Amino acid sequence: MRRILRVLALTMLFASLLSWAILGANTGWTKTSVTRMKLDPITEIEFPVVEERFVPGIDFVVAAMAAAALIYGLSFVFGRKPETIESSK
Amino acid sequence: MTKMIANAWCVLATAAALSAAPIEFDFKDPKGVNNVVFRTDAPLESINGTGSGISGKVTFDPEKPAALKGSIKLDVASLHVPNPMMKEHMHGPDWMNAKQHPDIVFEIVRLENVKTQGNTTTADAIGKMTIKGQSREMNIPVKVTYLKDRLKDRQGKEGDLLVVRSNFEIKRSDFGINKGKNEDKVADTIELSLSIAGSAPRS
Repeated sequence: MRRILRVLALTMLFASLLSWAILGANTGWTKTSVTRMKLDPITEIEFPVVEERFVPGIDFVVAAMAAAALIYGLSFVFGRKPETIESSK
Repeated sequence: MTKMIANAWCVLATAAALSAAPIEFDFKDPKGVNNVVFRTDAPLESINGTGSGISGKVTFDPEKPAALKGSIKLDVASLHVPNPMMKEHMHGPDWMNAKQHPDIVFEIVRLENVKTQGNTTTADAIGKMTIKGQSREMNIPVKVTYLKDRLKDRQGKEGDLLVVRSNFEIKRSDFGINKGKNEDKVADTIELSLSIAGSAPRS
């Protein structure tokens, strides 16, 4: 159980860092949309077009790190199994 | 002969009056092109957002640009920032309070320092800005471009377009937007950039 929790914690940590890096390495807050500016040819007004897209930010990474640390800490609650000594017959 | 001259003058005066009539432009834009972009400083990253729920009416006389009057309204619920929690707070009672104060309104009373070159007029628009139920007189620089007969290109109807642009700042403390609080997290000064076009169809 201890090992399982530690592996889970490390997996969570690396998965969050990897997804953060792949999805833009955004050093700001997590975003659920991205705004692009387009040009209206008649009036020459630049106008926003909002696209729904998940972009994890620093808060996402910190939350994942905190969760990983919690799970890793929980692993200490589960002590090592006592070694069983087989008695020779 | 005198009667002929008098009649001619009447016709000329009527023609002049008709051609110089102020035109009413409607800024409601179903295409969502009309927008305001806002920006304010914050510690982690600057807060950048948009608002597209623009409406309002402005009367503009191409012969007398200085006589421009009208009001522009922004639907507070249309204000958008990319972080969903930040957006919820922005619309909430401590900040913009969209439920109780659904609109931001700027009523143009007069233009000053009017300069016209071709179809473009720059001026200072003096008017009343109302945000979150609080009103203040403001002096906002504007650039107005009159696009005669261009409505056809946009909507397939005969008519004119009027493009209004402005960059200005407000202080959230002037309008009771979480006044004096969280200034370490959200700056007091908000920069705004307005780009809107009104249409005046000719029936």
